[in-house]
Amino acid sequence: MEKDPNNILEEVTQGDYKYGFYTDIEMDTAPVGLTEDTVRFISAKKNEPEWLLQYRLDAYHKWLEMTEPTWAHLLHPPISYQDIIFYAAPKKKKELSSLDEVDPELIATFNKLGISLEEQKKLSGVAVDAVIDSVSVKTTFSETLEKQGIIFCSFSEAVQKVPDLVKQYLGTVVPSDDNYFAALNSAVFSDGSFCYIPKGVRCPIELSTYFRINAANTGQFERTLIIGDENSYVSYMEGCTAPMRDENQLHAAIVEIVALKEAEVKYSTVQNWYPGNKKGEGGIYNFVTKRGICKGNNSKISWTQVETGSAITWKYPSVVLMGDNSVGEFYSVAVTNNYQQADTGSKMIHLGRNTKSTIISKGISAGFSNNSYRGLVKMTKRAENSRNFSQCDSLLLGDKCGAHTFPYIKTENKTSIVEHEATTSKISDDQLFYCNQRGISTESAIGLIVNGYAREVLKQLPMEFAVEAQKLLSISLEGSVG
Amino acid sequence: MLSIKNLHVSINGKEILRGINLEVKPGEVHAIMGPNGTGKSTLASVIAGRDIYTIDEGDVLFKGKNLLEMPIEDRASEGIFLGFQYPVEIPGVSITNFMRTAVNEQRKYHGLDPIPANEFLAKMEEKKQMLEITAKLANRSVNEGFSGGEKKKNEIFQMAMLEPSLAILDETDSGLDIDALKIVANGVNKLRRPDNAFVVITHYQRLLDYIVPDIVHVLFDGRIVRSGGKELAFELEEKGYEWIKASLV
Repeated sequence: MEKDPNNILEEVTQGDYKYGFYTDIEMDTAPVGLTEDTVRFISAKKNEPEWLLQYRLDAYHKWLEMTEPTWAHLLHPPISYQDIIFYAAPKKKKELSSLDEVDPELIATFNKLGISLEEQKKLSGVAVDAVIDSVSVKTTFSETLEKQGIIFCSFSEAVQKVPDLVKQYLGTVVPSDDNYFAALNSAVFSDGSFCYIPKGVRCPIELSTYFRINAANTGQFERTLIIGDENSYVSYMEGCTAPMRDENQLHAAIVEIVALKEAEVKYSTVQNWYPGNKKGEGGIYNFVTKRGICKGNNSKISWTQVETGSAITWKYPSVVLMGDNSVGEFYSVAVTNNYQQADTGSKMIHLGRNTKSTIISKGISAGFSNNSYRGLVKMTKRAENSRNFSQCDSLLLGDKCGAHTFPYIKTENKTSIVEHEATTSKISDDQLFYCNQRGISTESAIGLIVNGYAREVLKQLPMEFAVEAQKLLSISLEGSVG
Repeated sequence: MLSIKNLHVSINGKEILRGINLEVKPGEVHAIMGPNGTGKSTLASVIAGRDIYTIDEGDVLFKGKNLLEMPIEDRASEGIFLGFQYPVEIPGVSITNFMRTAVNEQRKYHGLDPIPANEFLAKMEEKKQMLEITAKLANRSVNEGFSGGEKKKNEIFQMAMLEPSLAILDETDSGLDIDALKIVANGVNKLRRPDNAFVVITHYQRLLDYIVPDIVHVLFDGRIVRSGGKELAFELEEKGYEWIKASLV
């Protein structure tokens, strides 16, 4: 059966907009710069309820009073907020008719990652009939989820569909005045994901699988809210291991996770945005606030991140361990090459009794890059008999890069135990010689050694992404030695 | 197979090898003996291609190709294997993964497709059995937390997997108990074929009780000062290196 590809595409496009609140928005763009009017414009375009507009305005006014933080170990020219366009209606990317029109370097990377041809087309915006497959798979997933009462949709959609849930939880983990970038996001957030897992439900699929097919363009101020109701489980994967060539310079996202009694939320992310060129020109500035709260007893939140992209990364996925016996985990691999800079780590705030947290951070620096771990472990007075174990390892490739560790530990009780281990190592000439002698080229050897080094973190990723993430690590470090 | 002519090598301006000549033919086992610090390991490293040394003079041909102009990994793919005296640890990299990468990179060099996973695992199992290695190697990280004996056995295992035409074993016997020594020697004996060759570097004669060499060389002060049959090893064991030293004066 032959179908006209154009019709299929139209169907698909319409399918995405079926909830209607997008339909009256054409290719509108907010005027350059940020004023109260910009905020009102965004809210109106999204047909938001009054309370959400007020939330945004409130955040905007707070933001005006705040100043950009300077404590991070990052150097960049001042960001000119009045030169940014804060809202562009969901843009249709320029449609390409075949892969021949796609940047060959991008195709080369796709191939190295082992991404199928059809998926390559989808990711780079080429019109394909393969979309049919994706759509049918997507529908199957949606039905499976709906049957269980799971709500999984875009943030804007959730505002229309389940406003009460959004209102109940929005900003409860990351208050709008939490920090400069959080305030900015709260004022102008574009879109993102919303996920609610009802009581006692174990989400039957990795939401990552869904994502891979559904990879959406969420804009530069992403807002995500995940709620695990009592005794529920979900594994959620943000991002895409394929290289996303986003032209927006500034990204400031917020992710909030709420885990109620005995709920478990596992959040994984692979971030591979444009890191700038080899001279350090261009690239994304990524200022993200990610935080989860283990609100109920015996709940668990786990963050796993693989960071290889962006010119600047400022990101500290954290867990507030409020419920007794709750567990927080943070597993991270951060790679910087050329002139990339990363200041990333985690915060574990222990409020409940017998709470446990683990931080495993693996930094890899190459080229002229700088890679910092920054973490806070806080044991409050009430958090008796709590434990933290932190391990922060740095691996250096070459002698022009930097690795830094800034651990902060605060304990207010006498029964908690906090352990911090840190190592710094280099890939030794002996290791390379050993690999070379077995016939392994230096480039492959570095890939092998780096993946071995990061194995503890990579094994936390959902299977289908772990393999790609491994390849991604090798690709990110290509040309870093020799 | 291997032809070394008048090889002079130095490190940081200090001359270590002062005119080595060595011919190794297919099917032969050569033993290189000598006191510590006379250049045995340097010779092994230079053949493998370690770049910390300066080649001042001389030629090294392998199967007629100029080895000195070849990158380390190409030498390996051409069939040179070095059993390390001190194998390094590569944390987090399983032996399976390491060996598969090595086998496939060597196949790529020869224009072959990667080995299918099941075929590879069968080959690993076959070599383990041949070498009578009972330990569960596959999922352990390369040399990480291995005892001295395990490291050396792992070197022999890798040699069996890669099937080199020339294997140089650099003091593989050092630090081994008698059982481990037998496994190592047994491995070499089982892998001996008319079309491959071994150069066994050792400080002691002990290993040569199990691996019978065709030719024994004595390396002293950067030169091969004596070559002979296996009797030379016994003589050396009996009279000690002082004997060589005295005979040179």
